[in-house]
Amino acid sequence: MNFLGKLSWDAVPLHEPIIMGTSAVVVLAIVFILGWIVLKGYLPYLWREWITSVDHKRIGVMYIVLALLMLLRGFADGIMMRSQQAVAAGGAQGYLPPEHFDQIFSAHGTIMIFFVAMPLVIGLMNFAVPLQLGVRDVAFPTLNSVSFWLTASGVLLTNISLAVGEFSKAGWVAYPPLSGLQFSPGVGVDYYLWALQISGIGTLLSGINFVTTILKMRAPGMGLMHMPVFCWTALASNLLIVAAFPVLTVTFAMLLLDRYLDFHFFTIDAGGNPMMYVNLFWVWGHPEVYILVLPAFGIYSEVSATFSGKPLFGYRSMVAATMTISILAYTVWLHHFFTMGASANINAFFGVMSMIIAVPTGVKIFNWLFTMYGGRVRFTVPVLWTIGFMVTFVLGGLTGVLLAVPPIDFQMHNSLFLVAHFHHVIIPGVVFGAFAGYHYWFPKAFGFTLDERWGRRSFWCWFIGFHLAFMPLYVVGLMGMTRRMQHYDNLDWQPWLMVAGIGAVVILAGIVCQVVQLVVSIRDREQNRDLTGDPWNGRTLEWSTASPPPAWNFAVLPYAAETDTFWNRKQRARGKRDERAQEREYDPIEMPKNSPTGFVTAFFAVVTGFALIWHIWWMAGLGAFGALVTFLVFAFRHEDEIEIPAEQIARFDRAHPVGVVI
Amino acid sequence: MNFAPTIEAVHHGALLSASEAGPAPKRLVVAYGFWIFLLSDIVMFAAFFAGYAVLVRATAGGPTGAELFDQTNVAIETACLLASSFTCGLMSLAANTRNRVRTYFFALVTFVLGAAILALEIREFGDMIAIGATPHRSAFLSAFFALVGCHGLHVAAGLVWLVVMMAQIATRGFRPAVERRLLCFSLFWHALDIIWVGLFTVVYLMGVSP
Repeated sequence: MNFLGKLSWDAVPLHEPIIMGTSAVVVLAIVFILGWIVLKGYLPYLWREWITSVDHKRIGVMYIVLALLMLLRGFADGIMMRSQQAVAAGGAQGYLPPEHFDQIFSAHGTIMIFFVAMPLVIGLMNFAVPLQLGVRDVAFPTLNSVSFWLTASGVLLTNISLAVGEFSKAGWVAYPPLSGLQFSPGVGVDYYLWALQISGIGTLLSGINFVTTILKMRAPGMGLMHMPVFCWTALASNLLIVAAFPVLTVTFAMLLLDRYLDFHFFTIDAGGNPMMYVNLFWVWGHPEVYILVLPAFGIYSEVSATFSGKPLFGYRSMVAATMTISILAYTVWLHHFFTMGASANINAFFGVMSMIIAVPTGVKIFNWLFTMYGGRVRFTVPVLWTIGFMVTFVLGGLTGVLLAVPPIDFQMHNSLFLVAHFHHVIIPGVVFGAFAGYHYWFPKAFGFTLDERWGRRSFWCWFIGFHLAFMPLYVVGLMGMTRRMQHYDNLDWQPWLMVAGIGAVVILAGIVCQVVQLVVSIRDREQNRDLTGDPWNGRTLEWSTASPPPAWNFAVLPYAAETDTFWNRKQRARGKRDERAQEREYDPIEMPKNSPTGFVTAFFAVVTGFALIWHIWWMAGLGAFGALVTFLVFAFRHEDEIEIPAEQIARFDRAHPVGVVI
Repeated sequence: MNFAPTIEAVHHGALLSASEAGPAPKRLVVAYGFWIFLLSDIVMFAAFFAGYAVLVRATAGGPTGAELFDQTNVAIETACLLASSFTCGLMSLAANTRNRVRTYFFALVTFVLGAAILALEIREFGDMIAIGATPHRSAFLSAFFALVGCHGLHVAAGLVWLVVMMAQIATRGFRPAVERRLLCFSLFWHALDIIWVGLFTVVYLMGVSP
């Protein structure tokens, strides 16, 4: 037995200039940034204020930073695929060999779903939900930090695969038997599986944490039907996480058993059943779509109400639609593989359910439209993303209803029509929503607003680029082009794929605008300071505290016995000086203490995952043992809370006066 | 989490309903969170059960459940598990009265019964492997080993947890944090019992029916 298992110098793809070049740039960038941090003496600050922080706002920000970095990686994969397909027609082979192209499309899907969309959504929930609920943190702050760092571990493992070994070539869904040991003997699928198992545990813990927070920790007076809609959608999303992610864990565990211990769950011999994988995968996979999109719907609700200066139209129907979607999410999974060959009745059932789930979504669209109707809409960047979403998403949803018809699906299955469809719902549905939320809550997080001009430019580039990049895919899909083609012979497709490639470049311009926006906004932060804590004339509790909020969020927990409490208080207090701000009494506050548990756990998770991928058994044992010791040290900790003296809270409040006190 | 009722809360007069009373006490929050975790754990087992149900007839010419399962062994395991749930309950009662000796005693009984289940399960696995009924013999056996093995792993984790809890009572006494964890442990242990009832029915009883 080799000391380092399957690992050797052959694992580093030295003969691949693209991979080695990228890896070198990434490694140099990391070394440069780390060196700069150490030399400038920022390391203690980083450790104290961020890495060991259990503050939900900090954790939320770190999730979003992680997601935006991975967006660059996932987008790089995407634009490589678009450019390859724009040129690799007929005799031309393009610049990406098949085994590299296969890794790129697998990495693109995996990264975009698990390491961009999920951390964006979870990060925004982390930041905004406790503030909107008017409380000081989530139910389990240290667990929250563990969740984040486990997600980061998955990200790290996925990126290590770039330079050491290879990534999966089996697509982001990793269907067996292709992903089984027989047809994928390399470490690629193992990277995929262990990265997602580790980050999946983090996501599950987040789900448990948020369900508990939302159901058990709301400000006094805030009954469920007084919660902001974003909290409702977060509740639905996290309930789905709790009920769906364990299924993914089991599915991957079965595939791992097949690959490591010669089990026969999904093999083609000894009675294994590959279609069972596909079923189990989508029992998680379809709810996952709603895990991502429902919080984005919540953001659109907040944005359309705030910037229209009106209460959300049909609050109750919005809540009902959200919860209906979260239940129906479990009744449609089979539409991902109508071609499996289930009976006509089964296909008909899932087809009908898939069409029915469009109804509550339609209710939401009308609610947003009626919220804006008759309102004084301020066309800020979040509103642009919202309107852009509505226009785009309705069409994307309609192509989904087409695909829900089994006979049509038999024609379209695995074609680029499908690829166009799911990008058409996920990009406006999730990514636009996350960008709206990013712009909307940025001043709350950092105390200054983002530049509107560059934000608008970014929106228009994304909006136009999106349509250029994905509308042509519908056409080539209808012309018969299947997904994941490294090369094709039909020259009729090429013009469309060239347009799609141009679209990807326009999206790139949108991303560049976002980077510029961030830089310009930081440069001009003094002009754009938010001194009131309420830059948008908001309606919900997060705007009633300072920007950025203190660690304890609210000096005194607000009393919120109606929807839009903050807005209503502002209306009542209009023109009058708020007396209560002066006569406030402060009590000391108990806050959870920082903890390195999350970071240390993640370290051992990476060690264990890497060792398992490369069959370095002693190291896997060491990593697991380290994780156990970390857990025990945490369990035997002495103090986990610190008391913030009333004087400090009073001093902060005097320095940051807010308009009205709730 | 401390909160002072504000002026408005008093003005509203009427007693607040539980859902409007502000953040719940820590004990409730922890227990509630653990319930949610248990639900997710049960969903995990549900997926293993579903896999087993799909593959139960896929014996690929190998042995079937009827040929392999030893009813006496399973009966003893079930008896141990149900008894351990009972003694776990007695342990919680002893902890509620802060009686250390009784708590240790019933924890010890619970531990012994749990270890007995694990030993019986390992022996069952060993006997099956000895006659060639290994997880790679057939898909049915893969699903069987994964489902029952997953329960066994949970029991093993529970035993470790129990030892840690006793160490915490010994070093820290009955503090609120220790009591909350003890409450979660007993929830966990009873949940394993419920899962075993499903396992017993679906795997062992239905497995030997013709």
